[in-house]
Amino acid sequence: MKPNREVGIVGYGAYIPRYRIKADEILRVWKGIDSIHLEEKSVPGLDEDTATMAIEAARNALKRATIDPQEIGAVWVGSESKPYAVKPTATMVAEALGVTPHTNAADWEFACKAGTEAMQAAMGFVGSGMAKYALAIGVDTAQGRPGDQLEYTASAGGAAFIMGLKEESLAYLEASYSYVSDTPDFFRRPHQYYPQHGHRFTGEPAYFKHTYYAAQHLMEELGYTPEDYAMVVFHQPNSKFPRRVAQRLGFTGEQLKPGFLVEVIGNAYAGSSPLGLAAALDEAQPSDKILLVSFGSGAGSDALSFTATERIVKNDDSLVRVRDYIARRREIDYGTYCRYRDNLNSH
Amino acid sequence: MSLARHWRLQDERYKLIGRECAACGQKLFPPRDICPHCGSRDLKPYRFAGAGEIYSYSTIYQPPAGYEGFVPYTVALIRLDEGPLVTAQLADVDRQGVEIGQRVEMVTRRLREYGPEGLIVYGYKFRPVLKC
Amino acid sequence: MRGVSIIGIGQTEVREHWERPLRGLAVASITAALDDAGIDRADALYVGNMLSGELTGQEHLATLIADFAGLRGIEALKVEAACGSGGAAVRMGYLAVASGLQDLVIVTGVEKMTDCENGLVTEALAMAADGDYEAMQGLSFVALNALLMRRYMHEYRVSHEDFAGFSINAHRNAARNPYAMFHRPVTREEFTSARMISDPINLLDSSPIGDGAATVILCPEEKAQDLCPAPVTIIASATATDTIALHDRDDPLYLQAAHESAQKAYAQVGVGPEDMEIFELHDAFTIMAALSLEACGFADKGRGVELAKDGEISLRGNIPISTMGGLKGRGHPIGATGVYQIAELVQQLRGEAGANQVECHLGMAQSIGGTGATAITHILEGPN
Repeated sequence: MKPNREVGIVGYGAYIPRYRIKADEILRVWKGIDSIHLEEKSVPGLDEDTATMAIEAARNALKRATIDPQEIGAVWVGSESKPYAVKPTATMVAEALGVTPHTNAADWEFACKAGTEAMQAAMGFVGSGMAKYALAIGVDTAQGRPGDQLEYTASAGGAAFIMGLKEESLAYLEASYSYVSDTPDFFRRPHQYYPQHGHRFTGEPAYFKHTYYAAQHLMEELGYTPEDYAMVVFHQPNSKFPRRVAQRLGFTGEQLKPGFLVEVIGNAYAGSSPLGLAAALDEAQPSDKILLVSFGSGAGSDALSFTATERIVKNDDSLVRVRDYIARRREIDYGTYCRYRDNLNSH
Repeated sequence: MSLARHWRLQDERYKLIGRECAACGQKLFPPRDICPHCGSRDLKPYRFAGAGEIYSYSTIYQPPAGYEGFVPYTVALIRLDEGPLVTAQLADVDRQGVEIGQRVEMVTRRLREYGPEGLIVYGYKFRPVLKC
Repeated sequence: MRGVSIIGIGQTEVREHWERPLRGLAVASITAALDDAGIDRADALYVGNMLSGELTGQEHLATLIADFAGLRGIEALKVEAACGSGGAAVRMGYLAVASGLQDLVIVTGVEKMTDCENGLVTEALAMAADGDYEAMQGLSFVALNALLMRRYMHEYRVSHEDFAGFSINAHRNAARNPYAMFHRPVTREEFTSARMISDPINLLDSSPIGDGAATVILCPEEKAQDLCPAPVTIIASATATDTIALHDRDDPLYLQAAHESAQKAYAQVGVGPEDMEIFELHDAFTIMAALSLEACGFADKGRGVELAKDGEISLRGNIPISTMGGLKGRGHPIGATGVYQIAELVQQLRGEAGANQVECHLGMAQSIGGTGATAITHILEGPN
């Protein structure tokens, strides 16, 4: 699917908090699971949450886009860790960026693909002529129950994308496709602090089915094969799943590498594939094609095909890149991690 | 918890919006209605860039009520490039490695919440510049 | 305009008064002062207090105290200027008498801080600062002074230990003052290793939380001889203000209000700092003691600590300070402090200071609100 007028990404920005806890450190406390294959994950500080991270990612996007924030017509934030269950994160972002009051704002939810949801909608909004620019953010401070498998990977971070017309884009959308079904692989009831997940059920019937078909259908629709792409970015719940689906679809490890962040920052849920896309864009050259394939439990996958333009090259050293945030790290121990994630209160 | 009080302060807290005196050119933060330098009432909104350097700092071990969850945390006086001094916490610092004169930049963080059911107050803090 | 004399003083001990409520403390100091003056009625009562509402749920304080002190019906008003509330109340009493509009005036400072836990008291004390732009950022009042101390140490290349003399002097004198909170001298080692509150300010840099009340009774100078054998006279009284917030000061390291207030007071009598024989300054923190000495002309900028290092602030030094313990050693029940300072100066000028006696005829007291935002200076002369 694509809007009648061609659209793309005019600016993008990321944010990852500075704290890291090593998988080995979690292992030291729980002495259980072994096959995790990740180094460490990012942890938000005591004064950080989804709103603060969304604001910084969006500020970075605005810097790269160099547009007047008053011309943004929608601010949409996708997350499953909203600071308020009722009160949109999007209004805080819109206020902080100077986008208010002549704008739409809302929060989106579809587990880990809430960000790409917002991106799809933002592109439709701009392509329809309803707004000159629309800001879409995927961001989370993910929670994993202590001792659970998810604890090794549930991390924090996100990325923001300002959508505009193709003529202004640093990467334009060729087409997108969504593949969705009612699949209860992972969910959280209201007033519950930690999510439930279906263990092996989250694999083939959920992650693999939706990402594979979304990517396959989109490439068919566009008449492309994996070889046409310089880079591919998948949602990264762990290091195995994206590698496996990439292989099944016919992508190489080299294509996966630029947007493959899970081993050093963990799974930022709604921030995961957006961060991967931001990292890929950081390295893209003009005319590079990038395939983004998100996954959200519940379940569904958004596949988006981008092509980088001349504008992708930005010689501005003050712009913060994903790798700058990755390199900025402060290791913490499990006790400190529990304090930061409020795991010491019974939930 | 005064919802209105915090809402009123959003322009300052989120965007570092102060005033510029049309008469004498001084930049003021926080905003005021009367210029303390020349007495003029002709003051226009002015948005500070958020860049500055540390004038002084202190790490708090005995906090006021409402901030216990953050201890120890570091507060500072920051000299903004445009002139005014600002009082704020430092973000993303450990107790070591903070120096008077260090370059900092504004970020938006949680200042406090009024309990788990109450308002979350966001505002400016300053962190050592991420990228020069 | 008339001269103003002090004909009676009364104090309670400064400590955790578990068994005494706010009004009880005030009444105790008032009755002691009335007895000291040998009178049993007055025309007006001014009460200095900062936190009665916040910490004890009581406002409308002066009227309450007048009633319970057996002074029902008289003019009674609460005066507030944060930590300078006591000095502010003295100022109001002085104005009432000097103007000719009141004759016998009771000035009481009272504070009750110890019923609430630390976090709440810390939050309340921060109300002396700018609520929206200093306190809301998570600053405690100690932290604001710590920002000053750190900057001072940076600009003038002095160490934390260079401030030790202020604390040691205060505690040495407090040990000999029966009304003081602390009765034990402190050593240099204790000073350098004390627990950190907001670095670099540690426990021994910082005046304590406590309860207390002090009262002085004022009357016109021309009537004082009839009522009192050795009246002390307030010969100068001046107030000045500055920005509340440190970040709004032209030079945070210079207490401009303290300077102006002192200068105005000196000018009223045609004296200078060199004529002062005793200075009850506002040593809420060791840094404040240094800055007060500099602002009032006893030392150049950045040289205040040297007076402490060289012993000039001791009872035998050139400018004795905190002679009965000061805020650091006698204690700092916020709104009461400014009145304690006057009561202690009166003791000194009357020759009733016991082991802490300084040979003096002219003394100065300065009460400061916030981090130097309000300064109220009084100069007192001993009996003839």
